[in-house]
Amino acid sequence: MKVLVAVKRVVDSGIKVRVKPDGIDLQGVKMTINPFCEIAVEEAVRLKEKKLIAEIVAVTIGPKQGAESLRHALALGADKAIHVTTEARIDQAVQPLDVANILAKLVERDNYNLVLMGKQSIDDDFNQTGQMLAGLLDWPQATFASNIQITDGIAQVIREIDGGLQTVKFKLPGVITCDLRLNQPRFASVPNIMKAKSKPLETIPLDKLGKLHNSIQITKTEAPAIRKGGAIVENVDVLLQKLRNEAKLF
Amino acid sequence: MLPKFIKLRASFSLLNFNFISNLSPEIEELRSHVTKFAAEEVAPLADKADEEGKFPPHLWRKMGDLGLLGATVDPAYGGSGLSYSAHCMILEEISRASGGIGLSYSAHSALNVAQLQRHGNEAQKKKYLPKLCSGEWVGALAMSEPNAGSDVVSMKTTAKKVGDKYILNGSKMWITNGPVADVIVVYAKTEPEKKQHGITAFIVEAGMKGFSRGKKLDKIGMKSSDTGPIYFDNVEVPAENVLGEVNKGVYVLMSGLDYERLVLAAGPVGLMQAAFDISREYCNTRQQFGKPIGQFQMMQGKLAEMYTTLQASRAMLYSVSRAVDAGNITNTDCAALIYYTSVNATQVGLEAIQCLGGNGYTQEYPVGRIMNDAKLYEIGAGTTEIRKWLIGRQLTQ
Repeated sequence: MKVLVAVKRVVDSGIKVRVKPDGIDLQGVKMTINPFCEIAVEEAVRLKEKKLIAEIVAVTIGPKQGAESLRHALALGADKAIHVTTEARIDQAVQPLDVANILAKLVERDNYNLVLMGKQSIDDDFNQTGQMLAGLLDWPQATFASNIQITDGIAQVIREIDGGLQTVKFKLPGVITCDLRLNQPRFASVPNIMKAKSKPLETIPLDKLGKLHNSIQITKTEAPAIRKGGAIVENVDVLLQKLRNEAKLF
Repeated sequence: MLPKFIKLRASFSLLNFNFISNLSPEIEELRSHVTKFAAEEVAPLADKADEEGKFPPHLWRKMGDLGLLGATVDPAYGGSGLSYSAHCMILEEISRASGGIGLSYSAHSALNVAQLQRHGNEAQKKKYLPKLCSGEWVGALAMSEPNAGSDVVSMKTTAKKVGDKYILNGSKMWITNGPVADVIVVYAKTEPEKKQHGITAFIVEAGMKGFSRGKKLDKIGMKSSDTGPIYFDNVEVPAENVLGEVNKGVYVLMSGLDYERLVLAAGPVGLMQAAFDISREYCNTRQQFGKPIGQFQMMQGKLAEMYTTLQASRAMLYSVSRAVDAGNITNTDCAALIYYTSVNATQVGLEAIQCLGGNGYTQEYPVGRIMNDAKLYEIGAGTTEIRKWLIGRQLTQ
């Protein structure tokens, strides 16, 4: 069984970003693999260790530096990598439907049995790509996975949903998007980081697989409003007065 | 109400300080993995390990699994085959998370393991390096004695040759990892009358009969690093455990010190980074007189001085490490390097306490610990005075 894991390179979650008129200031900012994508890679590696899958291929879309996230995936245990190159801003111009179309082309080209990805990326938080990909391929999907079991070509996934946990089952091939509690990714060891350098890495210019339509236009990016401190009120009357006049609740 | 201390994780890498290091992209990529490990597995233990005065034993295996313990060791013996620059970077990042854990890591990986890699013969490397690299065994280095610190060649521990064994008698003091080490590189006098030309280096196993350990030292800093005395009471060491040549131990010791000082110099840089990060966060959030204290020029002045000192130390560290990787090592520059970064770290540590004011004076904030940890680097691996004496002597011969 072959699995495709899609990974995205995003701003490190520990960074306090600065907002510029044209978006987040990415100049010199530390970037890492999207945490949910890392979880997807880890899950693929664990499935391979259980001998349920034979080959893991990691793919990313982005500029030259995007290869860092691929090398991270290779260091964790992926066998091969595909780098779809583009100079477009991946946090703005590389949008879910276009990504899904590109991934669908790769799935058709290489015949994967399973696609794993993070549920969403922490830069745009779209949470759409996995779902759209399944739709384009006409494959079953299980999103927000917190547990994945694969037996005889059947995937059983526990999904974290608003009401609690939902268990779904489907026959592979399918798309699964990964949530936080699915696993805790391992640290890459130095020998594996070195080995990653000699694993196959295929480079494909984006226009060979698809196009960026920019169908979603970002009209404004702003920092969240600064939280104002609360106040202690003397009695319920003052509370009601503040709720009406200041919070404008009624 | 005092603002609660910002989680250390958030203060990691807000700026790219490492542009100045000019290290290869490979080492910088490796750094991102090491920093992640340090932030997630070392930093959260730092306070507690210090309070308990104990190195978290599970970290040996964890670091071994990641290939950090045998940083510069040949992969044929289980090491990672990295450069000295990479080794410095690893110590810098671990030290940044915890000075004490960093110190014990350095004693194992630089003082013991790297020394075995440099001077061990094939049989010794095959026997000891794999388990030292995996973390199954902990390593230490023992040269200092209660009465032989700066004057280390006046050591009194003897090694008398009897048949195909050497019988060791004496004691060593201030040994980092001494309380827990399995394999120790020990310097002893095979021919005491020949003074420094009668010193031999040995590989001693803690299990050898006659070996014992004393009570852990109660230090003012580096508390999460286990330090203590070790005793030799007619310890029988087989002749095959001589490291290097008999009576030529002083060369093993002195050349080892150069590499030791190079790698150890990274410890203070990590501590300065931690002190700086905390100070900057605090200055940007603590408010007095209606604004963040970082808006006041005196605080900006402090941060500017700390930043410059940190960056200058870092630049010197990696300049020397890159020169050493290229094959150029001098005792003068290694001594100058650790002298420079260590005195700077103490000063930056003190300023960090000052930036945090009353809060900096409490144990609730780590700056006091950082300063106390930093002070060690002015003493271990040759005191500031010994380092200056070495440099001065070289300059005036």
